Amino acid sequence: MDYLDVMPEVKGIKLVLEDGTVFEGKSFGYHKSIAGEVVFNTAMTGYPESLTDPSYKGQILVSTYPLIGNYGVPKNGKDEHGIPLFYESDQIHISGLIISDYSFEYSHWNAENSLREWLIQNEIPGIFDIDTRALTKILREKGSMLGKIIVDEDKDIEQYDPNFDNLVAQVSTKERKVYGNGKNKVVLVDTGAKYNILRCLLNRDTTVTVVPWDYDFTQEDYDGIMLSNGPGNPEMCAITVEHIKKAIEIGKPIFGICLGNQLLGIASGGSTYKLKYGHRAHNHPVIKVGTDNCFITSQNHGYALDNDSLTDDWEPLFVHINDKSNEGIKHKSKPFFSTQFHPEASSGPTDTEFLFDDFISLIEEYKK
Amino acid sequence: MNKDIKKVVILGSGALKIGEAGEFDYSGSQALKALKEEGIETVLVNPNIATVQTSENIADKVYFLPVTPYFVEEVIKREKPQGILLAFGGQTALNCGTKLYQAGTLEKYNLEVLGTPVQSIINTEDREIFANILREIDVKTPVSLAVTSVEEAVKASKEIGFPIIVRAAYTLGGMGSGFCYNEQELIERAENAFSYSNQILVEESLKGWKEVEYEVVRDRHNNCITVCNMENFDPLGIHTGESIVIAPSQTLSNSEYHKLRELAIKIIRRIGVVGECNVQYALDPHSEDYRVIEVNARLSRSSALASKATGYPLAFVAAKLGLGYGLHELKNSVTKTTSTFFEPALDYVVCKIPRWDLNKFNGVSKQIGSSMKSVGEIMSIGRTFEEAIQKGLRMIGQGMHGFVANQPLKGIDVKTELAEPTDQRIYAIAEAFQMGMTIQEIHDLSRIDHWFLEKLKNISNIETELKKFGKLEELPSDLLRNAKRSGFSDFQVARSVFKSTSEVIGDDLLKVRAERKKRNILPVVKQIDTMAGEFPAQINYLYLTYSGSENDIEYEADNKSVVVLGSGAYRIGSSVEFDWCSVNALNTIRDQKYRSVMINYNPETVSTDYDMCDRLYFDELSLERVLDIIDLETPKGVIVSVGGQIPNNLAMKLDKQNVPILGTSAANIDGAENRQKFSAMLDSLDIDQPRWSELTSVDDIFKFVDQVGFPVLVRPSYVLSGAAMNVVSNKDELEHFLTLAANVSKEYPVVVSEFIEEAKEIEVDAVAKDGELVAYAISEHVEFAGVHSGDATIVFPPQKLYIETMRRVKKIAREIAKALNISGPFNMQILGKNNELKVIECNLRASRSFPFVSKILKVNLIDLATQVMLGMDVEKPNKNLFDLDCVGIKASQFSFARLAKADPVLGVDMSSTGEVGCIGDNFDEAILTSMLSVGYEIPEKNILISAGPLRSKMELLSAAKILQDKDYKLYATSGTQKFFAENGVESELVYWPSDEGKKPNALDLVRDKKLDLVINIPKNLSKSELNNGYKIRRGAIDFNIPLVTNARLAGAFIRAFAKMGKEDIPIKTWQEYK
Repeated sequence: MDYLDVMPEVKGIKLVLEDGTVFEGKSFGYHKSIAGEVVFNTAMTGYPESLTDPSYKGQILVSTYPLIGNYGVPKNGKDEHGIPLFYESDQIHISGLIISDYSFEYSHWNAENSLREWLIQNEIPGIFDIDTRALTKILREKGSMLGKIIVDEDKDIEQYDPNFDNLVAQVSTKERKVYGNGKNKVVLVDTGAKYNILRCLLNRDTTVTVVPWDYDFTQEDYDGIMLSNGPGNPEMCAITVEHIKKAIEIGKPIFGICLGNQLLGIASGGSTYKLKYGHRAHNHPVIKVGTDNCFITSQNHGYALDNDSLTDDWEPLFVHINDKSNEGIKHKSKPFFSTQFHPEASSGPTDTEFLFDDFISLIEEYKK
Repeated sequence: MNKDIKKVVILGSGALKIGEAGEFDYSGSQALKALKEEGIETVLVNPNIATVQTSENIADKVYFLPVTPYFVEEVIKREKPQGILLAFGGQTALNCGTKLYQAGTLEKYNLEVLGTPVQSIINTEDREIFANILREIDVKTPVSLAVTSVEEAVKASKEIGFPIIVRAAYTLGGMGSGFCYNEQELIERAENAFSYSNQILVEESLKGWKEVEYEVVRDRHNNCITVCNMENFDPLGIHTGESIVIAPSQTLSNSEYHKLRELAIKIIRRIGVVGECNVQYALDPHSEDYRVIEVNARLSRSSALASKATGYPLAFVAAKLGLGYGLHELKNSVTKTTSTFFEPALDYVVCKIPRWDLNKFNGVSKQIGSSMKSVGEIMSIGRTFEEAIQKGLRMIGQGMHGFVANQPLKGIDVKTELAEPTDQRIYAIAEAFQMGMTIQEIHDLSRIDHWFLEKLKNISNIETELKKFGKLEELPSDLLRNAKRSGFSDFQVARSVFKSTSEVIGDDLLKVRAERKKRNILPVVKQIDTMAGEFPAQINYLYLTYSGSENDIEYEADNKSVVVLGSGAYRIGSSVEFDWCSVNALNTIRDQKYRSVMINYNPETVSTDYDMCDRLYFDELSLERVLDIIDLETPKGVIVSVGGQIPNNLAMKLDKQNVPILGTSAANIDGAENRQKFSAMLDSLDIDQPRWSELTSVDDIFKFVDQVGFPVLVRPSYVLSGAAMNVVSNKDELEHFLTLAANVSKEYPVVVSEFIEEAKEIEVDAVAKDGELVAYAISEHVEFAGVHSGDATIVFPPQKLYIETMRRVKKIAREIAKALNISGPFNMQILGKNNELKVIECNLRASRSFPFVSKILKVNLIDLATQVMLGMDVEKPNKNLFDLDCVGIKASQFSFARLAKADPVLGVDMSSTGEVGCIGDNFDEAILTSMLSVGYEIPEKNILISAGPLRSKMELLSAAKILQDKDYKLYATSGTQKFFAENGVESELVYWPSDEGKKPNALDLVRDKKLDLVINIPKNLSKSELNNGYKIRRGAIDFNIPLVTNARLAGAFIRAFAKMGKEDIPIKTWQEYK
């Protein structure tokens, strides 16, 4: 019964959701059991970027796009600042990967490895041959759901909810690091920052000081604060919020992204709530409040700031065109703003990268 | 929205032609729907009568007039609209609009162009301006030099270095374009290109680069989205219309995808498009280097494909944006709640594969390259690439069963085929794998990306595994499931496991089906919801896949579904007319409160718009897939008679599986399709038919021919557009065609019939209920029998038939309807000569001419037929052809210019790609309008006539006299010149191409473009001779001189333009003709 020269040997593997639903598939990554929160993303490109995005810490990622692995995994080169050229952090952050159809053979000029090899090297399990659309429909209704990847019937493992852990602390840099030598000094508060935020800043004549999530950055000599994206529940970052409050008092420009938007919102007195349907895609439409200017954005969040909870000095900067949820806030008079979406893209559309220019303009204006 | 716009003129694309096909019926129909929703009055100019957009209740007024500046201006004068839409009728509409703009006409009538400004369009069409604009915004285009003479082209080539590509500006789908490897090729190519355009471009060759397209939308607020990107399987060098295309791109990294996306948005903003635009790139396979190849600032074939691939209604949205809406102000028609400002996320992959019909043409080059030759296309959907491509290769309907398990290719050298592709290349890849060639070797020859080749190799490997088993029971379920996930049909599995012969495969594939069902290996139904399941959507746009464990929708099992089988890929012989039939059947089904269910896979159609029916399965029309769907739908029944020959051929097979066929029974359909049965029936009814015989040996055939004499018609059974059918005039030809016919169809023997020359051909389109005639239309051909009915010029109501004849034709129709107990549509062709009527063909389905006669008669025969098939009582319409005060003419559109070297001559095998239908108060008006609509011009001065055999010389004599009286300058080849002189018509003698050195030579006149019309009647009915006549005909096509090859049609055309000029053609709407 050996027909398996059709593809490399594959072992059975399954996904068990917390509601008991079981999806049986085939293993293509590191063959081990693991538990985590199961989330999906509808992006059609960018698996190397997503897998290394610290926001996915503790999560088992489902790709709704069925054909994965096509272009392999890029070379692990570094730029002149020592930042990896093609990854969003120094390691894979997802706990597991679930797809429909794995490309055992890849083809790309810039690839040096297959996705399978990369997962195995990083000890991350992968499942293919699963009805990811059926799975996604379950996940979208529940918002988020725990699940475990099981490789062997005999060795069951417990479900694990990463949201009770301080994931930010796990992914944040452990020490202060300085990158670049530009004219504006930006502090990047690393609550799980993607490297592309750093790249976007460095491309704009800045010196960037990356600091741990719980570091009191207000002590730094800076021109602007960049609050990064990051994993998990914003409530875990109370200490970061305290520092942001101090930064608001100081009054120098602040720009927040994703988790940074939520932290800035909380620091300013606002509150968050859970969306009926989370935003997990490259195709989300936002509109700049008070204009007809719309942007396609990359998003990955299940919680949103409540527009109505914003305090008097603050107002929504962007809202989601479909569900009208908050996509960014700004201070009515001071140089503070943030977005729920990812202007740094990578992966995803680059339409809103101009916000980094806006941030630099605010810094330069403030310095005058 | 712009409130000042109350009335809008929209330009259609005219007849379907290569490079401009059904996609513009789709885009025009969507635009009309969008305007209607806003309460705007719409006026459509489009002579293509078979389209959905020219049906009732779509546009407020329809003009079946040529889409040319003169006629459009006349319509504008009369209608006084405030706005005009130019982007929905392909290059034809755009060119017409550009001319109107440049002539100041639009300004004169204070007409606002809705959507992209004309100047922006001109900027994208003129390559030099375009390249300069892109240079300004730091976007790269290929090194390209615009030249206006052949000498300059040669000079440019020295700067750039060979290989280079030559392109003509302002042409449809790359006409006159091509690669050149040396100076000689360049000179030939350039000369040809200058006959289409006075500017050509000499460009750097990027052969082997990836070709990637983006569909971009912009609104007046400068908001932009890219709806879809697509990657060509065939690397640059093959026109995108000739390429297999995958959406979304498969081999691009995130960085490449978004780099090109960002550039596309930058470009569309700079150009100032309001609406939709297509950007084509070349992408270096070894870096992120790129070039912008082309921008189409209008709806295109690619945008139709992108719409179907994503579920995003591009044309509808583009029309609304033209009215001034912002993308964020419009609703996504899938979700109904979210906005159109978003980019669809796919959780499947689609393949587009072109459909070629090159076998229909004599002498044509089969190589595919930078100029388009395909006549249609399909789109297949799957959740693996293997599934999509295998489905797609079946869908194009050229006898292939997928990537593997096909008959071996004949007469093809695999390596040559890989490097210099024809329409067979993908099958050559399958053979290359069998020969043991490596992926690298195949890549080196074809430059096709390794990823695609690896995926194809997977398919090949699975076939190898399947072949190791001889019994179904031994086949591991995992392997069977994997094969199905990889797009193997039951047929392919049966052929691989059973090694079935063609006689038993029909039963064997059903065994596979039964075994599959037993093991619960079944396809699931998935929705195309534009957002990959991220939010819930009520959407009826569906496909089937084996990569899934559950259906997206629940079935009612209420016996209320009525399934309509569509017409598949457009091809010569089956095109937009069957889409019209399908759409009208769906409308009636809905009106009668049944659930309308469509199965079709042609992205160029209106029937595959998901709002045309209650459920759309964008999937195969194979027995297997239709049965899969029937299992789920458990319908009241299936309609097989409105989609042309594909569904018709399924009737018997479905019936055998106990699927309820609505209307005429499968046994009776077979009674018409099966020549023996049909002939016996005619004999029993005492209805005459040409003598014929169904024969299996060459000896028998010659014996039969000895009885009836040459010429004879040779053809296989079950044909729609006359594949392999031909008239032969002598023994050599007969032997030659017998071998061809045997290749086409093994299951059925060859039929040889007596061919009656100079007979009139009469068409009957009719509807019957329980064997009783309900409605009918009789029309006649302008040409004598021998020209395929799909190529013939058809007159309705007939102008030259005796009442007596029509009465007898009707009687025959009534008798046949009764004998076959017809319930539904049917069509017959009858020969008439010397007061004798002989039935030549009868199909118990709608025909190509149903929309034409329905629209002229203003009795919708499909609506009637569908009501009949649903079992409703119908009343006979109170109007028949004798009540008509107007004349309709259906004329054919040929695309010979696209088909290098093809002999542009008409025969029993169909070669037209489209048609128009025009109306006049009399025959002359109608014929003139229809000839102008398919691209003829009234000649100004010089006409070359080679009148062919004596009877056509006689036929043309009176016409030549008229031309002489009208002071035309006539040139004629020797025989014709002599005949004319003897009969009092003066003409100047010109020499045949073979008379080299003698002046004036016909070819010189052609090349110097001294002629305004060429009439060249071939000497015999076979297409094999590449002779003098061929050279003149081909020359006329290549130098863009109007050509007529049928004496009867030439006569009719000449008499019409002698009597009246263009300005005498009344500007009247369809609605005004009674």
